[in-house]
Amino acid sequence: MSTIALHDEHNHDHADHGHHKETLISKYIFSMDHKMIAKQYLITGIIMAVIAMGLSILFRIQLAWPDKSFPFLETFLGKWAEGGRIKSDFYLALVTIHGTIMVFFVLTAGLSGTFSNLLIPLQLGARDMASPFLNMLSYWLFFMACVIMMSSFFVQTGPASGGWTVYPPLSIIAKAMPGSGMGMTLWLVSMVLFVASSLMGGINYVSTILNMRTKGMDLWKMPLTIWALFLTAILGILSFPVLVAGVVLMVFDRSFGTSFYLSDIVMGTDILPNEGGSPILWQHLFWFLGHPEVYIVIMPALGISSEVISVNSRKPIFGYHAMVYSLIGITVLSFIVWGHHMFVTGMNPLLGGVFMITTLIIAVPSAVKTFNYLATLWRGNIRFTPAMLFAIGLVSFFISGGLTGIFLGNASLDINLHDTYFVVAHFHLVMGSAAIFGMLAGVYHWFPRMFGRMLNPKLGYLHFWLTFIAAYLVFFPLHFLGLDGVPRRYYAFTEFEFMKKWLTVNVFVTWAAIIAALAQVAFLFNFFYSIFKGKVAPQNPWEANTLEWTAPVEHIHGNWPGEIPTVYRWPYDYSKPGHDADFIPQTVPFSQTMSSNLPHDFEGNAEAEKIQQDWELANPVEENKG
Amino acid sequence: MSLRKFITNKTTAALAVLFTVFANTSAFAQEASVAGAAAAPKVDMGEVYKSVIFYILIFLAVCLFIAIIGKSIKVYELSREAQGKPVGINWNRVHASLFALFLVLGLYGVYWEYTVHGSMLLPDAASEHGKKIDEMFNLTLIITTIVFVFTHILLFGFSYIYRYSAKRKAYYYPHNNTIEKIWTIVPALVLTVLVLMGFLTWRSIFFKTEDPNNKPLQIEVTSEQFKWSIRYPGADGIVGDKNYKLTTATNLLGIDFKDIHSRDDEMADEMVLPVGKPIKLILTSKDVIHSFYMPHFRIQLNTVPGMRTFFEFTPTKTTAQMQQETNDPNFKFVLLCAKICGSGHYNMQKVVRVVSEAEYKTWLAEQKTYLNDDLRKEFNLPVAPAAPKAASDSSATDSAAVKTNQMALNK
Repeated sequence: MSTIALHDEHNHDHADHGHHKETLISKYIFSMDHKMIAKQYLITGIIMAVIAMGLSILFRIQLAWPDKSFPFLETFLGKWAEGGRIKSDFYLALVTIHGTIMVFFVLTAGLSGTFSNLLIPLQLGARDMASPFLNMLSYWLFFMACVIMMSSFFVQTGPASGGWTVYPPLSIIAKAMPGSGMGMTLWLVSMVLFVASSLMGGINYVSTILNMRTKGMDLWKMPLTIWALFLTAILGILSFPVLVAGVVLMVFDRSFGTSFYLSDIVMGTDILPNEGGSPILWQHLFWFLGHPEVYIVIMPALGISSEVISVNSRKPIFGYHAMVYSLIGITVLSFIVWGHHMFVTGMNPLLGGVFMITTLIIAVPSAVKTFNYLATLWRGNIRFTPAMLFAIGLVSFFISGGLTGIFLGNASLDINLHDTYFVVAHFHLVMGSAAIFGMLAGVYHWFPRMFGRMLNPKLGYLHFWLTFIAAYLVFFPLHFLGLDGVPRRYYAFTEFEFMKKWLTVNVFVTWAAIIAALAQVAFLFNFFYSIFKGKVAPQNPWEANTLEWTAPVEHIHGNWPGEIPTVYRWPYDYSKPGHDADFIPQTVPFSQTMSSNLPHDFEGNAEAEKIQQDWELANPVEENKG
Repeated sequence: MSLRKFITNKTTAALAVLFTVFANTSAFAQEASVAGAAAAPKVDMGEVYKSVIFYILIFLAVCLFIAIIGKSIKVYELSREAQGKPVGINWNRVHASLFALFLVLGLYGVYWEYTVHGSMLLPDAASEHGKKIDEMFNLTLIITTIVFVFTHILLFGFSYIYRYSAKRKAYYYPHNNTIEKIWTIVPALVLTVLVLMGFLTWRSIFFKTEDPNNKPLQIEVTSEQFKWSIRYPGADGIVGDKNYKLTTATNLLGIDFKDIHSRDDEMADEMVLPVGKPIKLILTSKDVIHSFYMPHFRIQLNTVPGMRTFFEFTPTKTTAQMQQETNDPNFKFVLLCAKICGSGHYNMQKVVRVVSEAEYKTWLAEQKTYLNDDLRKEFNLPVAPAAPKAASDSSATDSAAVKTNQMALNK
């Protein structure tokens, strides 16, 4: 606002900051600037998402037309699709790598990596991350993890193919499946690098949030995006090391003949020497990360949608404190629910009962969040920007996918639903589609901040409606396959009589998936075109309150020329009665607005309440006559 | 209506756009059909449909079509702007209406799914505990469907009603503790009910007190890539010990015949179960983790190498009954593998039949024991010298076994 208009950026850039010369490499490649690192994360994430989506189309083709041959598949995949038909082993590799990339590289690094790096310093008023070097290292380890994961497509035995959960002994014994050879080794190496990367990132995010907030920015004035990213980082820091521990033990089992996860195994008539381990141990270690991981995926998306919904409804987010407490509740509870992935794995049934209770409790904070979103929309003045469309889509997916979680979290019902398509439908809606929509909402919302240009909104509308409808068409019918007892990760539905009736549904789902994939072309074109040719962004395109919109459009090192703005109020003063504009940025002191604009609520303040009542009398609710 | 009015009229403009687009596409279609007609005698279209380039061209045509629409919208908006009129298309209204439409069509779609795909699901449970699971499922389905419909009506309804209008200001409403308390406590209460029911059902499935007069029939199932091996307990009603170190080409399951309970154990090509009798499944695995899944009975449990897992259940319907109920003479119970286990995962099945007790007894009498002469030699069991006699002996013990088994069943 007025604070920044007075400054000459250029002058400052050289004078105050003792700017060092930037070369191409230091600016675009080994950059330590958080905004550049955010872009690197985002573009890497998008590329990985496109790859993983391509893999899913390949296996959807196999599921839809199990007995047809597609010569182009052989052209691309060679021996893995001899005669134009994907082989069973390779099918499993496809689902495994699709899952791994989507969960870890796209929805963990691509989502929280991008938005933590972009928003934490900008929304909190910091010049950069606490440790820019660590930040750069974090990106490059992530990049290497991606490269190594993709390189497994170029080894003789193919990529890891034991499912993204890589349960031993299948993933350990090379004889059990070809993917458990070199491909699995690469998977483990890639995962160790990835965890190192996300730990560096996480520590950086937490220390920045705790130590580098600008003047006046206390914890209860932070936007919900920051709260979500903060709690996500804590979750990651506490749970990812457990995965590394598990992975290291698996490396030992695979390469040095130990028996942490192996015991009593006979391949055909070949008796393996391993004794005393337990495959269940891996499942405990894996899911101790794995369950928090799904919240690591969804929480940043929820934070982004809170912000986007509030800005575009022109209303404060309903129940700010409840939103924060429910995020904290989800964070804490997510550590004690991992066993619900293991109800029928042979874990002691006594534990099953306990984990069922903790699992269903976690539905309460999730429900609170959903109702708060709805209450925020109520009597709002909703602008359907592309970001808002995606945020509304997220709420819809979060409801649809969340409700099926009540089935799966119930141990008794899980008996018949475990590892069926019902599970596939559930998590693709609640953490797949919802988190992707959160990410896209974030991209559409903060693209002007990232690249200084606007995305084309009309392509955004097209992108949203095609993706939203196609995603439901893909995942809704899959619930019914699961309810009919069709297990997941089946190469073909041709061997069982009762599955044959679902073949037509599979064809339908595959076409919907292809349309969804093609719809992304609208986004990709829009994204890369607008980076260079988009309309130049105004200072505050969405008329939002948060601090990042006070920084100059042109990126500068250190974010703000001169002093960092001071924060006076919470970030959700939208449509506050008595103020001329329908938003009051965080940097506006209370003294500059009407007396009704006291800290963020009216309750208990007689004077403020009276002003509110007067305002309500003077402004009766106008029905929208469109 | 003057000509000028006609030209600037919104609807006419929209119609003009549509007409242009239509004309364009029909022109394209004509070209395509001309090209197709010219090529038809020479080229087999089947190959064309398979070629990637064909689909890429279709996609590019679609992109072009979208680009034309985009440009027409732009031209329309620019012309409105040049005339100094408000922005051409009110996108907020478009999206609000689309959300409302999506709500209606979506709810119909859900109804369609529930009725059409919902009728293609598994038949009612064929086991005692399965009925309880089905009841719980139905209750959960009712609750979640209500919430699903209700919240979606609110979500898309609010999106429609509270769409942007320049005349209106949103209502500043940051929180209301009472409402928040209500929608924390109500879901918590509903979930408490579900948790309690689930917990009790779960306990009743996995913590059964054994009725001494109606001891469950033990059946051991061993999984390996990619098949199931089934072992019946024989006359003593007890499945004997196993030790994976004893696995040989003749003793594929590694049965320890030093254990006297193992010697009468019988092998079976299919799983045949007597109706109405409790059955205790003992699940083990030789190589990797598999999952024993019999959806019709609502049974699933992983088979894990190095440990034994147990599942007790009572089948309540015979295969014949199910064939009648489902009106499908080919109905079969299935046993599948539900845990990813390798390239043959999708085809790891075993026939399961539930029959009356009498049928079960006759079937059981035909099954052979695992212990054969080769294994007797291997385990130094004293039967090798008098082979023919032993054979008659063993058949005698077999029939004796059937008798005792029958007695056990009759008890």
